[in-house]
Amino acid sequence: MAVAAAQGKLLAVIGDEDTCVGFLLGGIGEYNKKRDPNFLVVDKNTSIQEIEDTFKKFVKREDIDIILINQNIAEQIRHLIDSDNDNALPAVLEIPSKDHPYDASKDSILRRAKGLYTAEDMR
Amino acid sequence: MSGDKINIFPSRGAQTQIKARLAGAVKGHSLLKKKAEALQMRLRQILAKLIESKTLMGDLMKDAAFSLAEAKFASGGDFNQSVLQNVTHARLKVRSKMDNVAGTKLPVFESFEDGVDNYELTGLSRGGQQMAKLKASFKKAIELLIELAGLQASFITLDIVVKMTNRRVNAIEHVIIPRYERTLKYIISELDELEREEFYRLKKIQAKKKVVRDRKEKAAAEAKAEGLLREQEEVPNLIDDNDDDDILF
Repeated sequence: MAVAAAQGKLLAVIGDEDTCVGFLLGGIGEYNKKRDPNFLVVDKNTSIQEIEDTFKKFVKREDIDIILINQNIAEQIRHLIDSDNDNALPAVLEIPSKDHPYDASKDSILRRAKGLYTAEDMR
Repeated sequence: MSGDKINIFPSRGAQTQIKARLAGAVKGHSLLKKKAEALQMRLRQILAKLIESKTLMGDLMKDAAFSLAEAKFASGGDFNQSVLQNVTHARLKVRSKMDNVAGTKLPVFESFEDGVDNYELTGLSRGGQQMAKLKASFKKAIELLIELAGLQASFITLDIVVKMTNRRVNAIEHVIIPRYERTLKYIISELDELEREEFYRLKKIQAKKKVVRDRKEKAAAEAKAEGLLREQEEVPNLIDDNDDDDILF
C-alpha cells in the first residue's frame, strides 16, 4: 500500500472509443503486470455484463484512485455506482461523451447533494 | 420511553455521579454540534466548488472532443487503433494526500508526470500540430478531472461524517440527556421520599417519647400528691454525708 502510494495511483477510463483515445493520448493508459488494461472501450457490441465486471474490477483494484466513466454508460450501470456510494475511494466521475452532453441531474453525486444547493448554484 | 432511565440505586452518591454525567453529556453535545457545524460549512464550500468544476468540465470536455475531431481531420486517417494498441505505462498519475478538517481526513489529489510520452510519433506524418493541441486539451481536462475527483471524494467522506455527527448530536440531545434528566429526577424524588419518611419517623418517635414522659410525670405528680414528706427523703442532698461511715478513722 505504501509503495503503491509512493508510486502514484492510476486513473481508469470506461468510455467510448474517442473518449478513451483522448485520455490515453493524455497519458493515463497502463497495462499492468497481468496485462490488464486500466481502460475499457465500450462500443455497441459491449454487453452490460462486461461493463459491470470491468467496473467492479476497477473499484477493487488498489492502484486505481479515480474512475472516469461516460455518463451514458454510467446510466447503464447506475445501480452499481449508487451501491458503491459510501466509499470515497476510488472516486467515480461521470464525464460527458462526444455524443451525449453532460446532464447534471443524472449525476450520482449531484443527486445525492440535492437539497443542499439551490437552483442558482447551477447557473 | 418516558419511563426509560438508568438502573441505579437512588442515593446521594448516585445523584452526584449522574449529575457529573449529565454535565459531560451537555458539554459533549455542544462540542459535537460545533463540529457538525464546521463540517457542514466545509461541505457547502466543497459542494459549491464541485458544481462549478462540473460545469467547467462540460465545456472542457467539449473542447477536447472537438480537438480530437480536428486532429482526426488533419491527420487524414483514423489513429484510434494505433493509440489503443500502444499503451504501456501511465505517464500521468495521481498522488493523494490527506487534508484534515475537524478530525476528518479528506483526500486531495495531485497529478504528476513521469516517464516518456508513448505517443510522440503519433501524427508525425500529418497533423502534428493538431495532435499536440489535442494532447494539451486532454491533459487540461484530466487535470480538472483529478481536481474534481478530489472534491468529489471529499464530498462523499464529509457527507458521511456529517450524517454520523448529526446522528450523534441528535442521539445525545433526544435520548441520552433526557435519560439522565429522568434518572436525576427519579433520584431526587426518591431522596425526598426518604427524607419525608425519616421526618415522619422522627415525629412519631417524639410523639411516643412524649406520651411516655407525660405518663411518668403524671405518675410522679400523683406520688407527690400522696405524700409530700416522703419526697424529701427521696431526693438526698449530695453534700450531706450523714449516712456514710468515716473511711479513715
